[in-house]
Amino acid sequence: MTDASLTRTEVPLKRQLKRAERARQVKALALVLPLLVFLLFTFAGPIAGMLWRAIEDREVRQVLPHTIAALANWDGKDLPDEKAYAALASDIQAARAAGTIAIAAKRLNYALNGFRTILTGTSRNLKAMPEPGAARETLVKINPAWRERGTWTTIKDAGGPVTGFYLLAALDLTRNADGAIVAAPPDQAIYREVFARTFLISLSVTALCLILGFPVAYLLATLPPARSNLLMIFVLLPFWTSLLVRTCAWIVLLQSKGVVNDSLHWLGIIDEPLRLIYNRFGVCVAMTHVLLPFMILPLYSSMKAISPAYMRAAASLGAPPVTAFLRIYLPQTLPGIGAGSLLVFILALGYYITPALVGGAADQMISYFIALYTTETANWGLASALGAVLLLATILLALVYGKLVQGQQVTGGMKN
Amino acid sequence: MSDNSTLRTPSQRIAWTATIAVSALVFVFLIAPILAIMPLSFSSSSYLTYPLPGVSLRWYDDFITSPRWMNALKNSVIIGVASTALSMVLGTLAALGLAQWKSRFKPLVLAFVLSPVVVPGVITAVGLYFFFAPIGLTGSYIGLILAHTALATPFVVITVGATLQSFDTNLARAAASLGASPLQAFRRVILPLILPGLASGALFAFATSFDEVVIVLFMAGPEQRTLPREMFSGIRENISPTITAAAVILTTISVILLATLEALRRRNERLKAGG
Repeated sequence: MTDASLTRTEVPLKRQLKRAERARQVKALALVLPLLVFLLFTFAGPIAGMLWRAIEDREVRQVLPHTIAALANWDGKDLPDEKAYAALASDIQAARAAGTIAIAAKRLNYALNGFRTILTGTSRNLKAMPEPGAARETLVKINPAWRERGTWTTIKDAGGPVTGFYLLAALDLTRNADGAIVAAPPDQAIYREVFARTFLISLSVTALCLILGFPVAYLLATLPPARSNLLMIFVLLPFWTSLLVRTCAWIVLLQSKGVVNDSLHWLGIIDEPLRLIYNRFGVCVAMTHVLLPFMILPLYSSMKAISPAYMRAAASLGAPPVTAFLRIYLPQTLPGIGAGSLLVFILALGYYITPALVGGAADQMISYFIALYTTETANWGLASALGAVLLLATILLALVYGKLVQGQQVTGGMKN
Repeated sequence: MSDNSTLRTPSQRIAWTATIAVSALVFVFLIAPILAIMPLSFSSSSYLTYPLPGVSLRWYDDFITSPRWMNALKNSVIIGVASTALSMVLGTLAALGLAQWKSRFKPLVLAFVLSPVVVPGVITAVGLYFFFAPIGLTGSYIGLILAHTALATPFVVITVGATLQSFDTNLARAAASLGASPLQAFRRVILPLILPGLASGALFAFATSFDEVVIVLFMAGPEQRTLPREMFSGIRENISPTITAAAVILTTISVILLATLEALRRRNERLKAGG
């Protein structure tokens, strides 16, 4: 800092200062370190573990080790040789004894529908180890699927130790028998639609929040502080109210015998109750209610920073109010609009509880499927792959948000 | 435009009136659901409809006498208090360190420390579920407390960090020059000044844990179910008025937290204005 003013004789002092500064920095880092270690254990580590599960593939390798080894040099053009059949037969025998057939069958069934039946059926019917040289004949007799090249490529592809299978599946893609990436069969290709739906719901909610939030933020930023502080309670109270309470409140309001339908009926506007919940409408309304404060607060602070002098200057220079608003005021709120919209959009992308409680089957977002595959069907690879895609989208948007907010701080003249 | 007297033209007046009207509707939208659910908890009937056939406290009685709900309340408090305490220690230390640390990696470290807020709850929950299950931390209080601490600490770092940024370091120097030991300076000068910031951080941390449900859904065993978790299954199964009673109790707690926070903010502003 004061380097320039130091003379030659003061060099030891300079060095002393440097040393003291370095000690301070080490001490500062030591204070941050416990949290970093803690987060490594409770946050970053678990998420890294989840990402690893998205590409890990070891079930088949564990259950059918010799088969995988025998297929290592197989070119996949023709059927594998007798050695591979013999290896499979011995692996199946061993796995049946260990009770692990179902593990491999489950994994292989993800890749090829019906593989579970092939493997468990073969295991059931393979009474003894086939005669040397007759493994192929025996297996094909039990199930003709062993004569199909696709059956074997499926095993080889699932041999691990890592796979792109789940990540491809999360994007509705798969590999065909020749290893080329192709579109997944229609009955499995549901995730692009889910991602598109997640995106669409998040976008609708963001737009609704912006439309509803802008006038409120403007009002709060323009009113004298005594009054705006009072009105701020209307924004902060929902913000602090439990998510579950708010979701529950919307169900009570919107259900077919709920407050809204009853009131509309009483007013004679409707005869039949409207379907307001367990559909897209209910999801958008409840999510907008939950996320609106996240839009209003950044908008409010960006508007609060705009000096009224600009608008007065525009007016005094002859700009009509609409022009002054559009050309002078609105552009200055753009960083706030960007920050608020991105924040709402990021938070909406990962929503789980609200759609799960007030949405129908066709309104579930990506988080629902991640949860479903984790706890219900235990397809952890696919759950992790879908999670990886969601995480990537979130991180990219968060980086943009970070840049935006940082830019605001610089232009706002705040010290970093 | 800071008050209505400067609105000269009719079009400005119309625009201002429209702003007020739309804002009023949005305020109704924000508050009405929370207000609408409250009277239903005092209904004497088990139907969640207006008008109320009569007033009673039976659903509160139901809440207080139900071992399920009382256990959930107890769990929420235990997990909330423990994760608040832990995140206060970790978060305050980190905020103190970050305030002094100068490095080009600082933005990166800060982003990492704050990332639990941004990462979708389901991803954190799934990761923790895979990670904690093999080491026996699922279905345990410890696991939930650790997970909630990770989610709550960023709020402590932000709140305490903001307080430290506005803290005048000359005061600490003055204390030292007047002969105070570092510990004395901390206890008698620094701590009283940053105490409101610490309290706000603690409130944020507690509220985060108290309202969290996704991680609890994945990791809690039947023994560790919290209030939001109990509400989740209640809403799923069928909404009984007991849930509305629970909602009112939760909202009351939120209001107390919010009011305390507001009081702290006011106190802080007064101190700043006075200093």
